[in-house]
Amino acid sequence: MRLSKIFKNTLLVLMACIVLTACATKKEVETKTTTSTTEAKTETTETEKVEPIEPIAGQMQGDVYTGTDTVGYLAEGVKDRVFFATNESILTTASRETLRAQAAWLRKNPDVTVVVEGHADERGTREYNLALGERRANAAKDYLMTYGISSDRITVLSYGKERPVDAGSTPLAWSKNRRSVTVKAN
Amino acid sequence: MIKKFVSIILILFPLKAFALIEVDITRGNLDPLPLAVSPLSIDEKSRIGFKQILSKENIGSEISLIVENNLRTSGIFNPLDKNAFLQAPDIAHLKPRFEDWNLIKAQALITGKVNYVEDKLRVEFRLWDVLAAKEMMALAFTTVPTNWRRVGHIISDKIYERLTGEKGYFDTRIIYVAEEGPKTQRIKKLAIMDQDGFNNKFLTLGNELVLTPRFNPTSQMVTYLSYFKNMPRVYLLDIETGTQEVVGDFPGMTFAPRFSPDGKKIIMSFANDGKSDIYTMDLENRLVEKITNHPSIDTSPSYSPDGKFITFNSDRSGYQQIYIMRSDGSDVKRISFGNGIYGTPVWSPRGDLIAFTKLHKGKFYIGVMRTDGSGERLLTENYYQEAPSWSPNGRVLIFYRETKTNSKGEGFSAKLWSIDLTGYNERLLKTPTDGSDPSWSSLLGN
Repeated sequence: MRLSKIFKNTLLVLMACIVLTACATKKEVETKTTTSTTEAKTETTETEKVEPIEPIAGQMQGDVYTGTDTVGYLAEGVKDRVFFATNESILTTASRETLRAQAAWLRKNPDVTVVVEGHADERGTREYNLALGERRANAAKDYLMTYGISSDRITVLSYGKERPVDAGSTPLAWSKNRRSVTVKAN
Repeated sequence: MIKKFVSIILILFPLKAFALIEVDITRGNLDPLPLAVSPLSIDEKSRIGFKQILSKENIGSEISLIVENNLRTSGIFNPLDKNAFLQAPDIAHLKPRFEDWNLIKAQALITGKVNYVEDKLRVEFRLWDVLAAKEMMALAFTTVPTNWRRVGHIISDKIYERLTGEKGYFDTRIIYVAEEGPKTQRIKKLAIMDQDGFNNKFLTLGNELVLTPRFNPTSQMVTYLSYFKNMPRVYLLDIETGTQEVVGDFPGMTFAPRFSPDGKKIIMSFANDGKSDIYTMDLENRLVEKITNHPSIDTSPSYSPDGKFITFNSDRSGYQQIYIMRSDGSDVKRISFGNGIYGTPVWSPRGDLIAFTKLHKGKFYIGVMRTDGSGERLLTENYYQEAPSWSPNGRVLIFYRETKTNSKGEGFSAKLWSIDLTGYNERLLKTPTDGSDPSWSSLLGN
């Protein structure tokens, strides 16, 4: 009796610890990415003038795709993909919302495992894009994990620039291609 | 297979060397050296013999055509029109009438002879200095008849070396990724071909995505990335036997592989948790070593030819830049500081330069810089191009270019191109399908 109670208590403490550390690591990751963006931004203004991007009403915010024509569904009402800014792996508010819906659905369907595919646009070198795709897919995976999805249910697969959804050579096409897509694996 | 090819017997005739004609290949050659490639003469019996085996009407002319094409594409020689030749090939080979060749402004003359001897192909050739009226070189080769294209390439290399003082790059092959199908669903296969685009052969079937093949120093092995079973991993392929194996046992994606200059190690990136670091694996004892350790993306590693240094690509500063470090991972130094972002650094086989891809203001460039980052020189600008690979003599770079699609997403193509280190002589390489990720072999005869 007593032993089991102690066990239960430790378990609770342990779980609390896990939740806390998970939050802590998450925060750390987030701050880190934000600093790297500011760094990147200053460098952008100083040295690299990225091609001017015509804003396309209703389809892009900054250079993140916000349209829906390429979006598929993991389940009814659960979008399968999120989009990223050029060279970035930061999740936007809309992306977090999509991923929370995915996590909620995955919690309800505990037998489902998923592959998170990471993609980049064509405006980069092949090898760097493979790494960038992996980084984006991991950003999505990490977020799903903070919402309670175990890492062994999520496989990450980067395609770099190899599998664009839009064959175009326009900022809009590139924004659709900078994505991570959560696909059912079983 | 390559081993078999190497069984060429080389007989050197003794000759007195005079440093007569000299070609400077360090500058852009706007005035290529005019020379005459007289067709290799062939007696009627040999001609019929080879016609039966190789179904080529005149193997002598075919071989000299290879030499002529190689010399022309090098951009530093200008092979003259055969119709202007006054002397018959067989007589010219014995003793050229230099006044005749001088008349058509040829500064050098190549003559030769082909024989069918005991089921073998025997080719001899001479290089003459027309102005000095002297023989510069004479060589003969005996090989199996099916090697006839290689003989043409070897002769080209000998002439190039004799006239420029540097090794040639014609008896080489290129491994690349052959591409077909729509841009959103490309089918990719490993392919290998001679440097001049002949003897193209596919090495994989296209069932899985393959990327970035690179030769080992003996050009018998290839390391590349394959999505076999949907797991992107670095593989090793023995071209001769066709056997393939995964390199290392990593719990995730390995990519961007290259051999060390001694061929004993593979250097590559391993991606894990959004970070990519550089690792090496020893091919003998399978020992894996972590070379970089940074939360950023570290990729596209390439060794210096002495194996003491590694250049690589990292975004640790916020954007992709080029770095160098010692081969144990110490003394990491950023060397690219120009405007724009930099990727795919490749160390020149001569050791003095690093070739790279640069993205600046929406344009892609292939360029070179010294190993300390100074002396940046951009060779070519385009909508999209990347991944330069050096010719074994470090004089030419091969890379691939992709086209912009139209508003409907049509018109996509990927092609192989080459350009001289001088920034001149940009050329499209003919391939049966689209192509990307080219990698140049070493000189096969060596």
